[in-house]
Amino acid sequence: MYAYDEIDRTLVNERVSEFRDQVKRRLSGELTEDEFKILRLQNGVYLQLHAYMFRVAIPYGTLATNQLRALAHVARKYDRGYGHFTTRQNIQFNWIKLAELPDALEDLAKVGIHAMQTSGNNMRNVTSDQWAGVAPGEIEDPRIWSELIRQHTTLHPEFSFLPRKFKIAITASDHDRAAIKIHDIGLRLIKNEKGETGFEVLVGGGLGRTPFIAKTIKHFVHGRDILSYIEAILRVYNQYGRRDNIYKARIKILVHELGIEKFSREVEDEWQHIRNSSLQIDDEVIEDIRSRFTYPSYEKLPHMPDELRQAAADPDFEAWRKNSVAPHKVQGYSIVTISLKPIGAPPGDANAEQMDALADLADKYSFGEIRVGHEQNLALPHVAKRDLPALWKALDKLGLATPNVNLITDIIACPGLDYCSLANARSIPIAQELTRRFANHELANLIGRLHINISGCINACGHHHVGHIGILGVEKNGEEVYQITIGGRADENAALGSLIGPGVKFDEVADVIEDVVEAYLALRERPEELFMDTVKRLGVEPFKERVYATR
Amino acid sequence: MPLVNGGKIADDSFVKLAVDTPLPEGGDILVPAERFLGEADALVKRSGKVGVIWPNSRDIAELVPYLGKIAVVALVFPTFRDGRAYSQARLLRERYNYRGELRATGQVLRDQFVFMLRAGFDSFDVKKQGDAEAFMQTAKRYSVFYQPTGDGRITALHRRMQLRHSEGVGT
Repeated sequence: MYAYDEIDRTLVNERVSEFRDQVKRRLSGELTEDEFKILRLQNGVYLQLHAYMFRVAIPYGTLATNQLRALAHVARKYDRGYGHFTTRQNIQFNWIKLAELPDALEDLAKVGIHAMQTSGNNMRNVTSDQWAGVAPGEIEDPRIWSELIRQHTTLHPEFSFLPRKFKIAITASDHDRAAIKIHDIGLRLIKNEKGETGFEVLVGGGLGRTPFIAKTIKHFVHGRDILSYIEAILRVYNQYGRRDNIYKARIKILVHELGIEKFSREVEDEWQHIRNSSLQIDDEVIEDIRSRFTYPSYEKLPHMPDELRQAAADPDFEAWRKNSVAPHKVQGYSIVTISLKPIGAPPGDANAEQMDALADLADKYSFGEIRVGHEQNLALPHVAKRDLPALWKALDKLGLATPNVNLITDIIACPGLDYCSLANARSIPIAQELTRRFANHELANLIGRLHINISGCINACGHHHVGHIGILGVEKNGEEVYQITIGGRADENAALGSLIGPGVKFDEVADVIEDVVEAYLALRERPEELFMDTVKRLGVEPFKERVYATR
Repeated sequence: MPLVNGGKIADDSFVKLAVDTPLPEGGDILVPAERFLGEADALVKRSGKVGVIWPNSRDIAELVPYLGKIAVVALVFPTFRDGRAYSQARLLRERYNYRGELRATGQVLRDQFVFMLRAGFDSFDVKKQGDAEAFMQTAKRYSVFYQPTGDGRITALHRRMQLRHSEGVGT
């Protein structure tokens, strides 16, 4: 956990009082809506279909229990009793009142939570691996660097009015859980031959209307130079990124139009001017930030405690354990993923009671820490294996033990037409229907790892391009039509999915997905061959033939 | 449009000239970039001061040979959402060591004052009277800053180092 110091607290408080003044000026008419819009976006406030939506940052996906309780409090006091966890380690409240927003922000500021730059054309919440600091084999904790970059990008005087939004993600593991290749800047923490920490820097990834997988711009940037290198990229982008067309304004388009070689030369030129400046970070600064992250005092525990051995006789426990519990770097401990995808419910939602209860469980079983992942699930990062059976029972009572992590019903979906003013089609009802179709755990287990991602418009908040199965809702002649892709992925081998055929109507989507799955089960070479691998081996054609033969 | 200079509302001695306005004999003038580059030699020899209005789409490096001879560089915010002039301002101050007046023009609103000050602007063509009057109060809204810029304000990272060292002395 990172603990705010007086400086961090002061800044957040000053931000809240500034926003209070801005809201006041808006309500009095002193600020026009056009002027206010950008200011509220920079504080995470959107105007949606029915109400204001409030997006709160959970930097690098780490939450303390008092912070989760504060989120529950906001849900209860200012909203309708629930919140929605997003694909970028944020939480959204959908029914907030403008006049109450400053109070909500003030309540959150008390526990070191803010909503700065969670929307708008500025540098967004810095995201990272939700297993940071606990994943076996991790090079080092990427959150130290995430926090450094979070601070550097917060209220940046030069880059708060960029051509378009700008997202940075960091991973320090071979297996990329932070989806760095679909970010404007992706950072992969590595060591050079001298054992010094640095980053492979990727640039120009993104989804939306024109999706691109990020390209490597530099194979190694030393840790001490990472702020100046990011600053160089941003300076080039701020000056040359397109501002004439919102759909061509992301850095991915600039990188694409210039080509990665020319773009990287521009960045290199700029970087040479600024790398030996006050942007250079000395070890002492890193150590200072590192010193404000606290780590649990783990006990020396057996690899296989009796409690776990006994619980293994319960098939329901085993079903949950197999897909929700992952190895921890410390013997005797596990990382527990908490599915926010119960059958028939909107993906990523949690109500205030669940948040409070989860905070209690985290205090009891996870050293007071909770994580948020981009798959819209939560995690308890430090659970002693002996506590797993008790934790499972407690989660089950809260409706938080659906044994479907990484299975077909662990769906990512945007809010879609039920909430969003940009959406063309509904996403949540599609997700709900699919979870019902595949509710049978035996079936879901037989299918194995399979990610379905659903977006209700081309802006791709549901990451449909990188779903193993992607579903994109569009509007055609006044009707919702859904395009289906297969073969996408968001990990270290990130790829964009390919269309399998013409779009289908709302009430046909679940049937088509069932057919895709049936085709996979028939086409796979052996049960261990995952959906992704079958698609990779055979391509789209055999799926297309089977799914569309009778349509 | 009130001008804020040196932290308070001030008279503007500069007259803005269009591309084709005849050159006045004396007095301070602000000239569009294109005209300035075309007539630079004549303009800097006049008795009055000269400043240039530089668009945010033109490379600021072109202005470098003249920086010693001009009194004002006015950078443009066609809308406050367009942040290119922040980069130009920092380049002028931090890379090209420009020490003259650096003026923000266009849609200059209260809620951007702090960013502008940090980027190196020291005068402001403020759109609304109320915003101009609130300048000093707004400029003091923030007392801590995370990024180093040419404005010399101490950053959070360095303040922490100072605190560490001062604590270290006592122990």
